[in-house]
Amino acid sequence: MSRMTMREAISKALWEEMERDESVFIQGEEVGLWGGTYAVTKGFLDHFGEKRVRDTPIAEAAIVGSAIGAALTGLRPVAELMTINFAFVAMDHIINEAAKLHYMFGGQFKLPLVIRATSGGGRQLGATHSQTPDAIFAHFPGLVVVSPGTPADAKGLLKSAIRSDDPVLFIENATLYQTRGEVPDDKDYLEPLGKSKIQREGDDVTIVAYSKMVQSALEAAKMLSEDGIEAEVIDLRTLRPLDMDPVIESFKRTNRAVVVEEGWRSYGVGSEVASRIYELAFDYVDAPVKRVAQAEVPLPYNAKLEQLALPQTEDIYHAAKEVLYG
Amino acid sequence: MAELVTMPKLGFDMAEGTLVRWVKAEGEAVEKGDVIAEIETDKATVEVESSYSGKMFRHLVEEETTLPVNAPIAVIAEEGEEPTQDDIDAMVKEAGGEPAKKKVEKEAEKVEEKEKEEKPEEPAQEDAVEEDKEDVAPAGGVRSSPLARRIADDKDIKLSKVEGSGPRGRVVKKDIERYLEEMREEGREEEAEVVSETLQPMTAFSVGEVPEDQVVEMSRLRQAIGRRMQDSNQNFPHFYLSRAYKTGALMKLRKELNQLLPESDKLSVNDFILKAVALALRQYPNLNASIEDEKHIRRYGHVNIGVAVAVEGGLMTVVVKDADQKPLRLIAREVREMAGRARDGKVRNEDIQGSTFSISNLGMFGIDNFAAIINPPEAGILAVSAVQKVPVVEEGELKVGSRMNATLSADHRVTDGAEAAEFMQVLANYLEEPMRLLL
Repeated sequence: MSRMTMREAISKALWEEMERDESVFIQGEEVGLWGGTYAVTKGFLDHFGEKRVRDTPIAEAAIVGSAIGAALTGLRPVAELMTINFAFVAMDHIINEAAKLHYMFGGQFKLPLVIRATSGGGRQLGATHSQTPDAIFAHFPGLVVVSPGTPADAKGLLKSAIRSDDPVLFIENATLYQTRGEVPDDKDYLEPLGKSKIQREGDDVTIVAYSKMVQSALEAAKMLSEDGIEAEVIDLRTLRPLDMDPVIESFKRTNRAVVVEEGWRSYGVGSEVASRIYELAFDYVDAPVKRVAQAEVPLPYNAKLEQLALPQTEDIYHAAKEVLYG
Repeated sequence: MAELVTMPKLGFDMAEGTLVRWVKAEGEAVEKGDVIAEIETDKATVEVESSYSGKMFRHLVEEETTLPVNAPIAVIAEEGEEPTQDDIDAMVKEAGGEPAKKKVEKEAEKVEEKEKEEKPEEPAQEDAVEEDKEDVAPAGGVRSSPLARRIADDKDIKLSKVEGSGPRGRVVKKDIERYLEEMREEGREEEAEVVSETLQPMTAFSVGEVPEDQVVEMSRLRQAIGRRMQDSNQNFPHFYLSRAYKTGALMKLRKELNQLLPESDKLSVNDFILKAVALALRQYPNLNASIEDEKHIRRYGHVNIGVAVAVEGGLMTVVVKDADQKPLRLIAREVREMAGRARDGKVRNEDIQGSTFSISNLGMFGIDNFAAIINPPEAGILAVSAVQKVPVVEEGELKVGSRMNATLSADHRVTDGAEAAEFMQVLANYLEEPMRLLL
């Protein structure tokens, strides 16, 4: 185990996988000379060379499209999009090709592709660069959508994503890059895709979250604990395929749940999780499931307004109190 | 050849019906047997099936129109056939009705309505409160969480006795736990776990405030009940016989049988009574009878037992046909299904027709004695009260026994006291030695 930031954990995962497998390569805007917009790939160009660390033009459709082509021929590309907001330019490639080629060609092709992108707001980047549209991508069958909430998971899940033969969208929350945590050093440390994880145990209320909101949920759980309420925090980690088992198991004990996401509430992750709770555990419902999410406005640039619009630890704390009717 | 569809006669006493909804729109293809409309009589909402194939050419009446039986309601044409207005008028006239109006105005209304529908709704408020503001009675009559309802059901607790601590008095898990705890402390477990028959808590109202009189419209069902009951009670000479039945063996047998049956098939006390009455009637056919005319009585071959079911704003009698021939399990299922449909307003015509004798059971309300009014043209009705633990004298000793009172109302034109009393005695054989009901 080593203590490191999420940035270092992701960087380490990429480095180890590129060392392990020659067919793994990275491409994207500023991944080479500059060492990555978020400094994740610093030093990669010198070590692995131009052939495996490819700087691209500002052309997301080309970044994803060419990566899909490379994956079809047997390589294992990791395409980096500076932010997930730019994925909209590459939407046709992601949704109509990456998510469907394996299916539409009767399984003749595998698509061992990883698309990395940052998501989330809170850094005053304005309405178009601060979105959390994760749920949109999780809507489409054929695409695996992963978004880790801790440094250890970031490493283990990214390594699994690179080794997977399915197309994976790997969403990193940029405000988490500085978050520190214990990370296993094992070069074969893998976390399974499509498995939710209990990050904190408790019997009074179930808080379901993913990505940055896991950290907020854990802080809220600490506040609740001071009031004598023990919250169980479940990290979805993968939005598709969605693993509801630990959530349902927990809910059957607590009978109360709060679902937290950084994106907007309407048609979101919270809606999906709440629906499944009602479908799978109706007889255990003691109060309506509460959703905590971003205010339904384009995210403001003004720092104070931006924070007001984003879901905060206090919101989770109050939501938990509300579902407990106390 | 185009065909005229008329208001069907659903039941011998149906004079008129309300067309509540067109299921087949004009221009839609219709197969013989398809449901084309829903009609509400004073008893039920019934689906009307088409006797013809073709297409729904013209609705002659609008929804929510009340019409006499046999009045023309629609024209079904063959594929490709286009009857003119004159053709339709002629058909209607032939059927004895008024020529249908042309429906130009209605088209205009339709357009308007459509525009109304297409108007975007107000955007839903973001932080909408979890419940709507209107005070509609919640599922099961008591505001409660699904979990609370399940636990209450498992433990046989009446939710109305539990004080809710959730929003707007919603009963949640911890309220039930607290209730059970209190009962345990007071040594009243029995009371907590057995469905008790005491009254519901008093509804809150302001003291000293006198509300205004209210004049409410009687539903068609209410009117029909009124007519029939008044007719029966005023015109037919009722006499009444009461008897207390020993129910210890019955309750024990029921418990044993229910252990063998899945939750969905459990037998109620009423199912046993129904079967017992049916078998007793076989021995006393004169009570399973009607006045045919001034000089004749019709003794029915079939024993069809009607069961009174409370529905919103009234009651209905669902009928178990040939109840003397059916095993308890089948009787239980039929009653459960028909009563469910009756409560949901979806009763079928055959569910409520053809009864030859009726049972009214108010035991679940803790009633210990009552008499019912005969449901004409039947000759009798049995009013069944609650099964209760009472002090009894057995072999000169005072003991606790299980008893159930029942009162027979019989039509004195058809039968007399001695015969009716024998019937009540035979009924005792079946109820007190309930193994007979299984044979």
